[in-house]
Amino acid sequence: MNYMFQAMIIFGFSLMGEILHAIIPAPIPASVYGLVLLFLALLTKLVKLEQVETTAEYMISIMPLFFIEPTVGLMESFGIARGKVIPLVLTSAVSFIMVMIVTGLTAQFMIRKKKSNKKEGQSNG
Amino acid sequence: MANILTDSIYFGMFFSIFAFWIGFQIQKKWKNPFLNPMLISVVLIISTLLVTKIPFSTYQNGAKYLSYFLTPVTVCLAVPLYKQIQVLKDNLVAVLVSIGIGCIAHGIIVIGIMTAFHMDHALLYSLLPKSITTAIALGVSAELGGISGITVIGVMIAGIGGAVVGPFVIKLCHIEEPVAQGLAFGSASHAIGTSKAIEYGEIQAAMSSLAIVVTGLMTVVIVPIIASFL
Repeated sequence: MNYMFQAMIIFGFSLMGEILHAIIPAPIPASVYGLVLLFLALLTKLVKLEQVETTAEYMISIMPLFFIEPTVGLMESFGIARGKVIPLVLTSAVSFIMVMIVTGLTAQFMIRKKKSNKKEGQSNG
Repeated sequence: MANILTDSIYFGMFFSIFAFWIGFQIQKKWKNPFLNPMLISVVLIISTLLVTKIPFSTYQNGAKYLSYFLTPVTVCLAVPLYKQIQVLKDNLVAVLVSIGIGCIAHGIIVIGIMTAFHMDHALLYSLLPKSITTAIALGVSAELGGISGITVIGVMIAGIGGAVVGPFVIKLCHIEEPVAQGLAFGSASHAIGTSKAIEYGEIQAAMSSLAIVVTGLMTVVIVPIIASFL
């Protein structure tokens, strides 16, 4: 009963996401509207954490199962990717390393700046 | 005989769950990022279909019902985000700015390399959302007109690559702040990167799992804007 109620909420938010996706002309996936709505509902306590937690965490733990089919669909796109494997892999590899460096260093710079500001503030005060 | 087996929609469903279960068992035994359950199951299914000459459409007939859960499972990501709300609030500006700049840098690099190789737009669109969790990446890729399979492969390279070379990158660039380390793993390599960040400590784990969802949400907004310049 508990799981059913949790599933009902999760599927309800999925439905709301699809409705928003149909109404709003923006290239935002329906699932993301649902995610944001559920997050807002949790923030405003409209939905309590216990009302979705167990089912949500179970679903997330088996998440990869839900994208096996689209990935296996890759075998239908072998033709498109033929001869382009090297650029695709190169792009993927270079870009993830760059994101790591850029995000990591930016965050570190900001955190250290905030820390040194705090210290200055303390010594001045 | 073969028809009786493959005519049922449960063929594709069972086969997907079975392959994923095998992948899961293998990963449990050898904790190696290359032995990703998803990668194992996909290789297993594709090779079986090719060897037995069962067409993809036969498999898809049943397996597609599993992908209907993609939307609900993405909605569920609100739960881990909400559970990290305190960490998010404490580092709000650093999180938003560093991930935002990371997303823009990612878009520019992907477009730069793909354009240099004269790749067509469908392939480019497939890779633009690739630093984020597959669930959201597939949605963004579909909205842009990318190819799902290519997107997932890009996501896998980012994830597995991040877990494997991430520690060297972190060391080489002297990323020493725990918060920054977590953000680097989560924003570049989503859940697979987070599994590595967990080994660093609690702060890294929390920041990395937070970064998965925040990067996903920011990519949803930033990627279509970048793509509109193409």
